[in-house]
Amino acid sequence: MTELIIASIMTIMTAATPLIFAATGELICEKSGVLNLGVEGMMLIGAVFGFAAVTVTGAPVLGVFAGALAGIFASLIFGFLTLSLLSNQVATGLALTIFGTGLSALFGLEYVGKTIEQIEPIHIPLLTDLPIVGRILFGHDPLIYLAIAILGLTAWFLRRTRAGMVLRAVGDSDYSAHAIGYPVIAIRYAAVAFGGAMAGLGGAYLSLAYTPLWAENMSAGRGWIALALVVFASWRPSRVLLGAMLFGGITILQLNAQAAGFGIPASYMSMLPYIATIVVLVLISRDSTRIRLNAPACLGRAFRAER
Amino acid sequence: MPLEMPLLTLEARATPSASAAWLSPLLALTLTAITGAAIFLVMGKSPGIALYIYFIEPLTSWSGLSEVLVKAGPLILIGVGLSIGFRAGIWNIGAEGQFIAGALLGSAPAIFFYESANPLILPLMMLLGILGGMGWAAIPAVLKTRFNANEILVSLMLVYVAELLLIHLVQGPWRNPQGWGFPGTRMFPDAALLPVLFSGYRIHLGTIIAIVLPLLVWFALAKTQFGFQIKVFGSAPLAARHAGIGEKRMIWVTLMIGGGLAGLAGVIEASSTIGQLVPKISPGYGFTAIIVAFLGRLHPVGALLAGIAIAVTYIGGEGAQISAGLPKAVTGLFQGIILFYLLAFDLLTRYRLTRITISKSAT
Repeated sequence: MTELIIASIMTIMTAATPLIFAATGELICEKSGVLNLGVEGMMLIGAVFGFAAVTVTGAPVLGVFAGALAGIFASLIFGFLTLSLLSNQVATGLALTIFGTGLSALFGLEYVGKTIEQIEPIHIPLLTDLPIVGRILFGHDPLIYLAIAILGLTAWFLRRTRAGMVLRAVGDSDYSAHAIGYPVIAIRYAAVAFGGAMAGLGGAYLSLAYTPLWAENMSAGRGWIALALVVFASWRPSRVLLGAMLFGGITILQLNAQAAGFGIPASYMSMLPYIATIVVLVLISRDSTRIRLNAPACLGRAFRAER
Repeated sequence: MPLEMPLLTLEARATPSASAAWLSPLLALTLTAITGAAIFLVMGKSPGIALYIYFIEPLTSWSGLSEVLVKAGPLILIGVGLSIGFRAGIWNIGAEGQFIAGALLGSAPAIFFYESANPLILPLMMLLGILGGMGWAAIPAVLKTRFNANEILVSLMLVYVAELLLIHLVQGPWRNPQGWGFPGTRMFPDAALLPVLFSGYRIHLGTIIAIVLPLLVWFALAKTQFGFQIKVFGSAPLAARHAGIGEKRMIWVTLMIGGGLAGLAGVIEASSTIGQLVPKISPGYGFTAIIVAFLGRLHPVGALLAGIAIAVTYIGGEGAQISAGLPKAVTGLFQGIILFYLLAFDLLTRYRLTRITISKSAT
């Protein structure tokens, strides 16, 4: 029984990690006032370029970097259009997802069916071998620790640092921030690029650690679930972890239930994460004052400094 | 010594420029073709031949033209519906799910009365298709109006649910019992198939509906108060509220129009080119129609033209796959690039590039 619980926690963490990466990135991006609906596209781009880098070089570290860099590249297209050319953020984000789906499918053609070595869980002698807590604390793959570390740093950055406060100011009142002298557009570019790097990492986690292969559209809506997670978390990093684990749990529950049978058709079980996302959105959004209090006030609005 | 520095800067236009609004799709398409040439070059294909196959060849034969119009049909129908919603600032991006839901509900008569020869079955299917799409769109509508849930995310999540529901039905309860276990329903009876217009070509009654409908919608929007309300609601929500245009009503109406048209497109697709339900009935029409709506400037007639333009790249993509060995995925990449260029050029509808001269003293 304990073995089963430990195994469940371990797998829940692997399912939650891509969501933690992507949602943390989007959270920072939205805190600066920019809504990037291209997370799904950036994840796919990160997944395919990360996978390609490992196939070519054999070095997982390079794959992780390639995924993040590809995500940054993709996010900067979005940034240029929305921040420099003042295009509509919703439409541009959708374009980024369509573009990312197409680009990853095309670039990934020659990688379909190839295999790479999976990023393995760490093993620290003595610590990992501790009963029960050993594997839960010291037995994950390195990227899981990276995801949690970045999430923690993000929380600290937003709450405790001056730069984090400036970022929030830009997202809550862009014209005031500009009037005081902060470079609104430059700060938003940085936030967008961070979002891209994180989505790319989330994608790379999928193709390097979660299922070590490349398949067209392999993110299967996780980018959109990450967007919902940011709302669920009321734009607070600490709640991102909770939400991601919840969704990871549902994913694993669905997989296990399929394996166990139960007589419920597999397709219905596969709907669970998507339906759960809708249910969670409804529960959170019901309280419209809470959303209004927590959402960055300038979210989705274009900013242009008047001469 | 003062330096003269010519600089280009943006100056906001008092009203959006109409000519720039219609010029930017053309510019976007041209630049996409140029970018496409570069991509083909990188892939080691002759850009001239590849571009010809993609953008010209589908238009050089009657059968090619027929295929383009058949493909454009669902894109136009969905695109028209989406443009009405986008105009009002309601972001229904789950049209793909509404398309599937319409195909599912609309096909039910043909599947349950598979020997029917009753001519009324076809109108019934069309009606059910519209209702199916509306029903699927009603979920984000009710969740948005009652619980304030974001319609973008809800409608999108429902795409995945609809896809899984379709797969479940064609593999299980609705599977053809004489189909040797292959996923897919029975073939529809002749009475449940939309009539083909010219023998030898696939162009059918549904294609005509798709071509005529945008003109009707254009007329309706131009002549009714509702058309005006949509415009006001999208551009000035506060003014709209003062004018008594209810937000909830606007959300419901636009989602019902978008969902209904997507559902109609779904049942038309099932009862024409496919003739049954299979696990995958759409190559992403619902998402491509988002591009169609923007490329068509959120105008019904624009959606008609844009739907045809995008359909050319679909058919060209199929041709390129067969004759030049170019992967189908190129089409998806093109669609993303078109939208990027379009959004970039849209800057020119709202701003004007002006040359200013700054005198700077060099010290």
